[in-house]
Amino acid sequence: MNFDFSDEQKQMRDAARKFLAEKCPPKAVREVLDGKAPYDKELWKGLAEMGFLGVAIPEEFGGAGAGHLELCVIAEEMGRANAPVPFSSTVYLAAEALLLAGSDAQKQKWLPKIASGEAIGTLALFEGKGNPSPKAIKLQASGGTLNGVKRPVPDGAIADFAVVAARTGSTGRDSDISLFLVDLKAGGVEAKPLTNIDPTRGQAELTFTKAKAEPLGAAGDGWSILTQVLDRAAVLLAFEQVGGSDRALEMGRDYALDRIAFGRPIGSFQAVKHMLADMYVSATLARSNCYYGAWALSTNAAELPEAAAAARISATQAFQHCSKNNIQVHGGMGFTWEFDCHMYYRRANASALTLGSLSYWEDQLIDRMRKKNAA
Amino acid sequence: MNFDDTPQEAEFRATARKWIDANAPKQYEAELSKSSLGRIRLEKEDIVDVGKAWQKKKAEGGWACLHWPKEYGGRGASPIEKVIWQQEEGVYGKLTQPFQIGEGMCGPTVMAFGSEEHKRHYLPKLASGEHIWCQLFSEPAGGSDVAGLRTRAEKQGDNWIVNGQKIWTSGAHYSDYGLLITRTDPNVPKHKGLTMFFLDMKSKGVEVRPIKQANGMQEFNEVYFTDVVIPDSQRLGAVGDGWNVSLTTLMNERMSIGSRLATGFPEMFEFCSNLMTDDGLAIDDPATRSKLANWAVKASGLKYTSYRAISSLSKGERPGPENSIGKLVSGSMLQDIATYAMDLQGAAGALTGADEEMARGQFQQMLLSSPSMRIAGGTDEILRNIIAERVLGLPGDIRVDKDVPFNKIPTKGRG
Repeated sequence: MNFDFSDEQKQMRDAARKFLAEKCPPKAVREVLDGKAPYDKELWKGLAEMGFLGVAIPEEFGGAGAGHLELCVIAEEMGRANAPVPFSSTVYLAAEALLLAGSDAQKQKWLPKIASGEAIGTLALFEGKGNPSPKAIKLQASGGTLNGVKRPVPDGAIADFAVVAARTGSTGRDSDISLFLVDLKAGGVEAKPLTNIDPTRGQAELTFTKAKAEPLGAAGDGWSILTQVLDRAAVLLAFEQVGGSDRALEMGRDYALDRIAFGRPIGSFQAVKHMLADMYVSATLARSNCYYGAWALSTNAAELPEAAAAARISATQAFQHCSKNNIQVHGGMGFTWEFDCHMYYRRANASALTLGSLSYWEDQLIDRMRKKNAA
Repeated sequence: MNFDDTPQEAEFRATARKWIDANAPKQYEAELSKSSLGRIRLEKEDIVDVGKAWQKKKAEGGWACLHWPKEYGGRGASPIEKVIWQQEEGVYGKLTQPFQIGEGMCGPTVMAFGSEEHKRHYLPKLASGEHIWCQLFSEPAGGSDVAGLRTRAEKQGDNWIVNGQKIWTSGAHYSDYGLLITRTDPNVPKHKGLTMFFLDMKSKGVEVRPIKQANGMQEFNEVYFTDVVIPDSQRLGAVGDGWNVSLTTLMNERMSIGSRLATGFPEMFEFCSNLMTDDGLAIDDPATRSKLANWAVKASGLKYTSYRAISSLSKGERPGPENSIGKLVSGSMLQDIATYAMDLQGAAGALTGADEEMARGQFQQMLLSSPSMRIAGGTDEILRNIIAERVLGLPGDIRVDKDVPFNKIPTKGRG
């Protein structure tokens, strides 16, 4: 059994960690957090130069052609660094949708630009409150144009193109939904930034008014493609969440070792030690679930839907748990703007919702396990 | 990343599988396959007798105590081969329960500290199941604080005279030998006055009494020592070095990689999939689904954590510390699952009938037994300390009794 990343993949993780430690220190994250820039453009450029943006994009489309295991280790480091760039929307959602359903021409048009950092992409799925569901999609497609409103769209205000889920039928079936590719700079789309709990990853409202759109994948296949895209993104985002969990745990551990109260390091009090031990437990469970997700993703296994949901749930819980208890370990200092704890707390809770909420994925997991058991 | 054996591992697995297929006591397969917590029981026969027969057969075939050196009754197998063997042995592995403490703890301690003569004499018989060993560490006054033990051993010529009491000794009533830690010097701080021995459990003055547990069962014993004579030649390690010797024993306890801990999840998933409530199947209820999903990811997280450890073994590396979470997670999970399974049955959930309608009473039994899973082999609190100190590098507890002679440590909280 070799249920681990290869030495080459681990080297890539180390390279990404080193690169991000240098180019994405907390100070850089704060530039975006404080609203001085919508995202870290320099970092984005650097990530492209390192080949990280196109790591899972085949060489014929301008990528490194490495694979999804490599993308997983980079995702982990992006989460650890809390990188303020549109990585998840562009790489996990837009690129994955193109890889799954794009025509050769569509891939040729956008994938090289993603790999080179020239194009930011996103997925426009949600239309207000609620979780992923074909019923919730009202935005209309007709005659090659889209009309309607999407919100929240991750990184929608800075994206160059979007994969948009639209209604093309009214039978009440999943096949009422189709996907479209929209060049957001070509007119017909108005982007309005929305404030959100994690300003280091922007959210926007996109209003489509007779916006030109080309089909992505076959008509009526939208929901089935979306489900696959969300599963793949769930695994990748879970790696970010695991990276964030580990970082939050480390911050808490380091503070517990340094901070003296009642004449001793607070890390010598069992109440604090046990809190940190429990954080380690959640982070470890999440990491192991994520490895299984990575295996399923990289081999396109039949187990992917179940593995993705498990990774998503476990990593969401771990990041929420570690980031909130990191603040608790820090006490009052952890509640200041100056300390970095809140950046991870914000990211953890925003990540917990971005592909659909925890309860949505819990529901999905049980459905998928039942399906498997029935088969 | 894959779940495949290396060619050598595959070959080893095929050999093991072939041997098991030809030799396993298949008449017990169905009975052993039923999931159960705690001690395994067989309907018509004593598990110890059946276990001894299986162990003997394994020893003859070269499949006992696989990772031990050949000269002591083992196979000289690698850690990953041991894991593969356990996977292949499957349900028959439950028959090895009486020998696990011997194989995992007593044997390795004798191997590390015994004389060559002792090793050649005792270990092969332990490996073949001819002799069963037990471990005599815990005491009424020394559980988590095992170094607080009070059983005294006093030197008299070439012998030691032992007086005191041990508790929670599994298998003491059918054991032939025991690994015993005693206090030989109460005038020095507690960790420094301990000495390790092994003894014949049939020695004069050894009395084994079963404990009636909170769940109504009797699986463990108290062992009383009254002027028991142990020859000095049965001392393991130096006088006063018992604590260090015991660390070897306990280290081996935590090396049990690949052995799955029960979480209760598969039973719970099946139960909820079939339980009809007033509002339909339990598994269709959103609150139940949420709980199930939480338990599902814990169970899968533990499974893949052990796969990661197995992968390290396969590469010839030492597994990381992540395996230390197993019992901490599974113990409270069993308790939570049992509680909720009964909650789903309403007032009838309290009934302990063993019929099908009551899910064979398995959750009620799980409820009553699960507190022990959070205590035995390290309480949840001790396990959290271990993770915090050994994995995360946090400071040890401040020990107020560290430099105090043992006989000056207070023994009563109030009054």
